[in-house]
Amino acid sequence: MASDGLSLWESISLRGVPAGRLQGRGAAVALADFARGSALGGRLEELRGRSVLVAVRDQLTAALALIELDGVASRMVLCTPDLATQYLPQVIRDAEVDASVCDALTVPEARVGVSVSAQPRLASATSTRRASVRSDWILLTSGTTGAPKLVLHDLASLTAVLAGESPPKAPLTWSTFYDIRRYGGLQIFLRALHAGSLVLSDRDEEVSDFLRRAGQAGITHISGTPSHWRKALMSGVTSRINPQYVRLSGEIPDQAVLDGLRTAYPDAILAHAFASTEAGVAFEVRDGRAGFPEDLVGAPHAQVELRVQDETLQIRSAGTATCYLGADAPVLKRADGFVDTGDRVEGREGRYYFMGRRGGVINVGGLKVHPEEVEAVINAHPAVRMSLVKARRNPITGAVVTAEVVLKEPAAAPDTATMVRELTESCKRVLAPHKVPAMIRVVPSLEVSASGKLVRPNA
Amino acid sequence: MSVRSTITSQFQQVAVEQERTLAPLDDELKLVESGLDSLSFAIIVARLEDALGIDPFNAAEAVEFPVTFGDFVRLYENFGK
Repeated sequence: MASDGLSLWESISLRGVPAGRLQGRGAAVALADFARGSALGGRLEELRGRSVLVAVRDQLTAALALIELDGVASRMVLCTPDLATQYLPQVIRDAEVDASVCDALTVPEARVGVSVSAQPRLASATSTRRASVRSDWILLTSGTTGAPKLVLHDLASLTAVLAGESPPKAPLTWSTFYDIRRYGGLQIFLRALHAGSLVLSDRDEEVSDFLRRAGQAGITHISGTPSHWRKALMSGVTSRINPQYVRLSGEIPDQAVLDGLRTAYPDAILAHAFASTEAGVAFEVRDGRAGFPEDLVGAPHAQVELRVQDETLQIRSAGTATCYLGADAPVLKRADGFVDTGDRVEGREGRYYFMGRRGGVINVGGLKVHPEEVEAVINAHPAVRMSLVKARRNPITGAVVTAEVVLKEPAAAPDTATMVRELTESCKRVLAPHKVPAMIRVVPSLEVSASGKLVRPNA
Repeated sequence: MSVRSTITSQFQQVAVEQERTLAPLDDELKLVESGLDSLSFAIIVARLEDALGIDPFNAAEAVEFPVTFGDFVRLYENFGK
């Protein structure tokens, strides 16, 4: 339930029957039909009080299930569509899952407990909607080893940023490049439900087709990562939509992408937001410039408090997550309530600029890469003594992965070209494409600190 | 090697590495129809920065994002002019 104690359905139908629609690639649903309809084949009551793995592939189906389950399920675990099957047992254990919502594409490993089929449409159902619990919303975010971390939110924390806003005067039509099961997409989903309609993206759809569909639906507001937007700019299809509001989040935008969007949409509000699954939404900047004004930091009595400690941005607000789930889960929030974002910032001339991640997590087009994970693969090569994987700034994906490699016995090792090829091939065999180093260099040595640790940039 | 031939060979090299089928590279070819994805372009731009010593996307003045292969080549050829 939200801060006012209402479930998601109660809050969107508070001022009467909602007029909006949820529009997927192949199907659309009118929110009004929720009053007497269900996507769960009339089996919602079987899920009451349970911890439910929402494991459907289709985004519209997931959207419908979330609206139905909030206030009914004790917990909803939002599986991202690319979650590797190998991590399912850990997710199911840590979230104490005892039920699942599935569609035709759900893998057998996710069909656990009371398993209910869901569809991307509403069939008439007789039971009355009744909220009885404050549901946990569990979002998955990738951890150091590539295994997901389970982040605990509830509707109140997810919608905290909306609480201070007045409802729009005219209905809006939102869209987002994001999947709604990721924090950035979920924010837009919840926003759209309270404001009008939402056009959902589809992972298998070309950006040009998606924007054509969004344009035909008359979208007024749209969000995506800088990488999504660069792709749209380079596809030459930005004119297919005519939004009033364009939002970037999920990665740090550079001036080039902001300028590109300003040129493409001269009349739109161009906003970049800083948010993370753990820290919630911190701020939105609308001046079209990279970075953010320094007076946002340390502002007294702000709804969202920002501070910079050890050059790193920390956030405290009603929008932060509660904790990570699971045994041995790391600490999410400090004792004073601040969440450490791990994002390094530097102040220059009245503005803060982002300087990359502390601890070296690399963000390639919105996807995280932990250097250690890639180094482990490289170091498994018999000729390699050690390696250092780091980020290199990139105008297309924000960063790409590069590696420096020290050989055990350079004289005995294959030549450099062969080494690079062999290492690239072994990385490709076990790692997702964005984790494979774009460049590998053989170097004579790497710097090791007095404590015996590899010296990492930004660490 | 000319800027154009350096770019062409990087497109071909990265397409092979990323196991993508590259469309014939003529100036009218839309990048979105080239067969390459964002990650491929990211790798190409990083390698071109090493090969040519320039990153026109990171210029002081606003960049017009290239839409066709011809736009892409001109972005590099005209950089600094």
